[in-house]
Amino acid sequence: MDNMKVLTNGFIKENPVFILVLGMCPTLAVTSSVVNSLGMGLSTTFVLICSNIIVAMIKGFTPAKIRIPVFIVVIATFVTIVDMTMGAFMPALHKSLGLFIPLIVVNCVILGRAEAFASKNNVLSSTLDGISMGLGFTLALSLIGAIREVLGAGTLLGFAVLPKAYIESPMLVAILAPGAFITVGFLMAIINMMKKEK
Amino acid sequence: MEFLAKMMVMAVGAIFVQNFVLARFLGLCPYLGVSKKLDSAFGMGMAVIFVMTMASAITYLIQVYLLIPYGLGYLQTIAFILTIATLVQFVEMVIQKNSPSLYKSLGVFLPLITTNCAVLGVAILNTTAKWADGTPYNFLDAVLNGFFSGVGFTLVLVLMAGMRERLEYANLPKSMKGMPIALIVAGAMALAFLGFSGLKM
Repeated sequence: MDNMKVLTNGFIKENPVFILVLGMCPTLAVTSSVVNSLGMGLSTTFVLICSNIIVAMIKGFTPAKIRIPVFIVVIATFVTIVDMTMGAFMPALHKSLGLFIPLIVVNCVILGRAEAFASKNNVLSSTLDGISMGLGFTLALSLIGAIREVLGAGTLLGFAVLPKAYIESPMLVAILAPGAFITVGFLMAIINMMKKEK
Repeated sequence: MEFLAKMMVMAVGAIFVQNFVLARFLGLCPYLGVSKKLDSAFGMGMAVIFVMTMASAITYLIQVYLLIPYGLGYLQTIAFILTIATLVQFVEMVIQKNSPSLYKSLGVFLPLITTNCAVLGVAILNTTAKWADGTPYNFLDAVLNGFFSGVGFTLVLVLMAGMRERLEYANLPKSMKGMPIALIVAGAMALAFLGFSGLKM
């Protein structure tokens, strides 16, 4: 029924990156490898689920006028938790994501879902929406990360997948800044094309 | 003289070499969202320069005089984002009261700036940034860094808007129209800006 629909919405039909075009900064910045993409995607998923739950719980007694600052404080709290946990247990990943961990606070996906979904729905469907949007975001990031890593370094998750000659002189531009823009641009065009055929 | 030289290094660094949008990937939402018309891109740019300069000044003071002395470093994210949200709200009220004409051109962009990651980004970067010789930024450096980063953001935003106005009339495959071609143009622009990374100072 409805909950099932909420759970699958974020993967393709309302994918936060490709369809809703939210949260572009981390999408382009950290996707130079699959590991980074997964780390970023799962941190965002965690924050998204937790903040959706809390926002859905407090929506009854939050004055409408100050709801945005209240949501931001809730989100910032969970981001701080992720930041410190990752710094303690995964220092290497924490270092390569760097500035973009605290910047999850201003990722429009999270505030957008809090405002558009969690502040209007009950706790259960808000949790499902968080899971769905978060995993959709992770999926999109991993796809971009995989393409860029294969083209730019000839590896996937650190394992060599292309011939040695390619790895020695890869298409370096794919893991630099321009590659991010161009990869996402072509992926969006492909998705547009598939949508029209349906 | 030394001060002027330092300022030039910082200006070129923040505007071209480490451009906020094209090299650091900060502030992409407004870059892609508000770059359809030239005049609104310009308005947004001005509002961002103003808020980034103010936010750099205030968050620097909070970091140095509140968070560090009382050992509250872990509250940095929460403290900074609340400061920026309050600042934006405050600026909006002041402009609305004192200069209705300015409010008319900047007003719609101000609420959007709270969630512009370039503002929070510059605030956090200022606390960790160092000069080549290892000395951390002082108050004036932080404010100037905010200002020049804002200028860099405005520059690419306005350039992008100029190109997108023409792209409207370009004969493109249907599925490339809108966001996809905008991203690919941004990629070409990032390639051009990559040329500046050879500048060593």
